[in-house]
Amino acid sequence: MVNLEFSIGDLKFKNPVLTASGTFGYGAEFDDFIDISRLGGIIVKGTTLEPREGNPYPRMAETPSGMLNAVGLQNKGIDYFEESIYPHIKDYDTNVVVNVNGSYLEDYVALAERVSHLDRIPAIELNISCPNVKMGGMAFGTNEDSAREVIRAVRAVYRGKLIVKLSPNVTDIVAFARISEEEGADSVSLINTLLGLAVDAERMRPSLSTITGGLSGPAVKPVALRMVWQVARAVRIPVIGIGGIMTATDAIEFILAGAAAIQVGTASFIDPAASVKILEGIEQFMIRKGFSNLAEMKGRINDVIS
Amino acid sequence: MAKRIEDLKVIDNKRLTDDIFVIELSANNKIPELFPGQFVQVKVENSPGTFLRRPISVHDVDYFQNTISLLIQIAGTGTSSLSKLAAGNNLNIVYPLGNHFSIPDAGEKILLAGGGCGVAPLLFLGHYLISEGYKPEILLGFRNSKRVIEYERYAELGPVYLTTEDGSMGQKGYITGHSVLSERQFDRIYCCGPEPMMKAVASYSMEKGIECEVSLENLMACGIGVCLCCVTDTVRGHVCTCTEGPVFNVNDLKW
Repeated sequence: MVNLEFSIGDLKFKNPVLTASGTFGYGAEFDDFIDISRLGGIIVKGTTLEPREGNPYPRMAETPSGMLNAVGLQNKGIDYFEESIYPHIKDYDTNVVVNVNGSYLEDYVALAERVSHLDRIPAIELNISCPNVKMGGMAFGTNEDSAREVIRAVRAVYRGKLIVKLSPNVTDIVAFARISEEEGADSVSLINTLLGLAVDAERMRPSLSTITGGLSGPAVKPVALRMVWQVARAVRIPVIGIGGIMTATDAIEFILAGAAAIQVGTASFIDPAASVKILEGIEQFMIRKGFSNLAEMKGRINDVIS
Repeated sequence: MAKRIEDLKVIDNKRLTDDIFVIELSANNKIPELFPGQFVQVKVENSPGTFLRRPISVHDVDYFQNTISLLIQIAGTGTSSLSKLAAGNNLNIVYPLGNHFSIPDAGEKILLAGGGCGVAPLLFLGHYLISEGYKPEILLGFRNSKRVIEYERYAELGPVYLTTEDGSMGQKGYITGHSVLSERQFDRIYCCGPEPMMKAVASYSMEKGIECEVSLENLMACGIGVCLCCVTDTVRGHVCTCTEGPVFNVNDLKW
């Protein structure tokens, strides 16, 4: 019997497969395809205090082995979440995490406070890495002082588990992971999307209304793996790996590189059942390799790195 | 109707023009009830440049034979790869997706208007309306006579009014210039085609006070309302074309 559990502090997750914010809606959209209670956790769509319309269409472009998006945090706001989504969360036997966003530091703090009153939300993912909003988002996550300030302010008001979602669009992501740990974050998740550009040659213009967007999919996997490996060696808090995970093997690579858990993102667009297939594949791999729990597998590549 | 992921078997792939083809698919399981305007998300295999599924509207359904058909235009590497599918190949699809054309009121005079490969959902819609006792009429536009597709199949639905841009078949010009629109008064128009065509039909309909629905073809990633990439701007704000569309009443769109 394989034990797939992992924890962030005293918060237990039944397995290491979570779904990435913005790729899994509020979970119910996948009810026809999978039993979402099988998942370790669901990170719901990036949420803000007020409803947001996001960026103008077109805001997606297919790219080699991936896609660029510039959705821009379209969401119906925390009131809608609390009134229409939250009451159904008790139906799911899995951890539901809210991805918290804002334009100003005060927004993050106010939203974290709101979420702290929701008993069935055991954790938030602080999104200081969205590349597609004019204010806030990545602006916080690419400046060490701003990152420290917002994490500290949110930590002061939020008692649940605090996961900080890091941007890869920095020179040294390890510095941001260390800042997160120093300021009391319980976990870091990485990577958010890589800033990119797609050009429509025929029409001789950028493909996206916002010009630039965030790259996701298998194209980013080696970059994400490298960053997860670096961060996992530098901090003691659990690292959640994200970036181009399409198969169980991809997920296993992240765990072997040091991730305590992983998030399935873009893969769910192509196969709505991807998350559960990945979970099953991880379990089979552990049985095949004789691992009885995730800790034995985590960071194993370091054994051969001096 | 619950959505599902399923491998269907290609039983025919027929070229209609140099870049338009129809794939007929049969299912092992009983195909779910589908409504005109709905679409499927097709997985493209053996095409390294294709990452996402391709949304394709349902062209026709045969519940007795347990088959559905898709009419596809080659627009890039993904659809080009689909054009090479042969009988016996599998095609993985997610379906049924999206909303559908509304059911008309009894006795309404209905026009199905379309152009190019945008005629795809109108065949299914025509069959559906006839089975419900309506007598739809059809207005189709193409670039030239060589690009007219499946004329006979639409002619089986009711009177077909045709335009080509060069006048090589039917009346010359765009569908909104066809004489039937000035001679007749329809109660409801269902339209699918290139966006400039749908916008022209929409403004004609609004001017005449005719109910009009159009089927949009926005770029999509997930098809199930979670990525929020395919939005269109409506009176309700940005909504997903994949879940709140692809069919919209033109009064809801900010055109």
